[in-house]
Amino acid sequence: MAVTERRSAGLDVARLRADFPILERTINGRPLVYLDSAATSQKPRQVIDAEADFYANHNANAHRGLYQLAEEATELYEAARAKLARFIGAPAPETIVFTRGTTESTNLVAYAWARRFLSEGDEILLTDMEHHSNIVPWQLAARDTGATLRYLPLTDDGLLDLTDLGSLLTERTKLLAVTGMSNSLGTLPPLRQLTEAAHAVGALALVDGAQLVPHVPVDVTALDVDFLTISGHKMLGPTASGGLYGKAEHLEAMDAFLGGGHMIEEVFHDHSTWNAVPYKFEAGTMNIAQEVGLGAAIDYLDALGMDAVRAHEEEITAYAIDRLTEAGARVFGPTDTAIRGGAVSFWYRDVHPHDLATILNEEGVAIRAGHHCNQLVMRRYGVPATARASFYVYNTNDEVDALVQALAKAGDVFDG
Amino acid sequence: MALDDIYKEVILDHYKNPRNKREVAGAELTCSKNNPLCGDEITVFVHEEDGKLAEVGFLGQGCSISQSSASMMTEAVLGATREEAEGLIGRIRGMMAGEVEPDEDTFGELVALKGVVKYPVRIKCAVLPWDVLQEALEGKGEAEGIATH
Repeated sequence: MAVTERRSAGLDVARLRADFPILERTINGRPLVYLDSAATSQKPRQVIDAEADFYANHNANAHRGLYQLAEEATELYEAARAKLARFIGAPAPETIVFTRGTTESTNLVAYAWARRFLSEGDEILLTDMEHHSNIVPWQLAARDTGATLRYLPLTDDGLLDLTDLGSLLTERTKLLAVTGMSNSLGTLPPLRQLTEAAHAVGALALVDGAQLVPHVPVDVTALDVDFLTISGHKMLGPTASGGLYGKAEHLEAMDAFLGGGHMIEEVFHDHSTWNAVPYKFEAGTMNIAQEVGLGAAIDYLDALGMDAVRAHEEEITAYAIDRLTEAGARVFGPTDTAIRGGAVSFWYRDVHPHDLATILNEEGVAIRAGHHCNQLVMRRYGVPATARASFYVYNTNDEVDALVQALAKAGDVFDG
Repeated sequence: MALDDIYKEVILDHYKNPRNKREVAGAELTCSKNNPLCGDEITVFVHEEDGKLAEVGFLGQGCSISQSSASMMTEAVLGATREEAEGLIGRIRGMMAGEVEPDEDTFGELVALKGVVKYPVRIKCAVLPWDVLQEALEGKGEAEGIATH
């Protein structure tokens, strides 16, 4: 297997693992093998320290006080926004709204954009590989506006089936909402092609970046997306960090989202006026320390280089697919790592994924088992659930080997 | 070995050779439910005769724990009155909550499920069929959700 001998382009995994305190842990007397980064990534010391340093040395509310600490807090918070903007190729920090993550970002657009601009006869085009968080907010918006949902189907290989794109994406379509990377199949849809097709019929394009942004170099300007949702905790950052990128013209035109402090310009008895973008969408005290932590995560990823991150994940994903297939597992989604990321769903022999996860845990191996908030995908491929191993910068081929060895043990329990 | 606590022989036997895994023709009471966390599905069918659960079947898909629990349940409540069945449901829930110490006399094979208590995330799997049976006895159908056009 040539794949196993290839070296990552520039990622010193052994060295960077030392930055992640949790990787020292043992589970059931064995070293932790953490293969669930698609659910949430582990955090390097640099991120943990940045969040702690904020509380220890700079804590104050951002955009409120007129004293030095408040200025420091505001500067750190806004510096994180600038880092995130640059990280995804956004033209200006003001195009980034801080949110709790992708779910809140999608809901923000579903409330402040869809409910304002959609009405009966309008359509939203989704795909059958969307996470529930990129389906349910649109169902709720459709219910409230009278708009209709359409779905792009999937091929047997786990790709978007674009055969009927022309009849599904029409002048009635006002929004195409598509994942940047499937969290169960790993598929990387052709985003540039889809964005162009959406714009050609006058629709906007929203990309669910939960799995994309942590793993693949992203340039929203080159992709020409209208909205990109970003999860901080899946890219080495703290939980409840993240954001929404939106083109300035859309953010300006949209309604407010949550009402509260700081999102207003002036408040009267019967109405209020809104603060400038992006503050119009940031009501109440935000997750300041968490976004500062996200800034540190971005520094960390920048230092590694996103090209190197992607190359490492292509290598380990190829190795994992080979090893799992050899071991008799059915792997879902594309096998070509050029068009997929490192979330690898599989079914091992006849062992139900929940049983597999329990048995693997005895060996210290943490995988996800279930429908991964992808019930449409599960239905499409005729399974109630899958097991999923997902990889990030700190994972090694040795950990893939530990997974495969633990699978054999599961086989023994059920066949023995 | 800890895994023996959960994957007892009787559980694996009921998983591989489920009892009463069929739709019951003429069932007056049925209920379907899934575990939204994991996607396990169970449908329970009950045909009553002379105030007793005369025929009990289930259909479903899921892990060894939920499916074996359903299989054992169909045998355990066969011939019971509603009150007796509900009493057993309560005792099973109590056992899975760690509040009831099971004895072989009243629990029979179901004692095997006690090992699952050590695996908190799997307790829901074991209890799911019993929840479905309870709701079937209460005449509930399926859970409702959002419907869009």
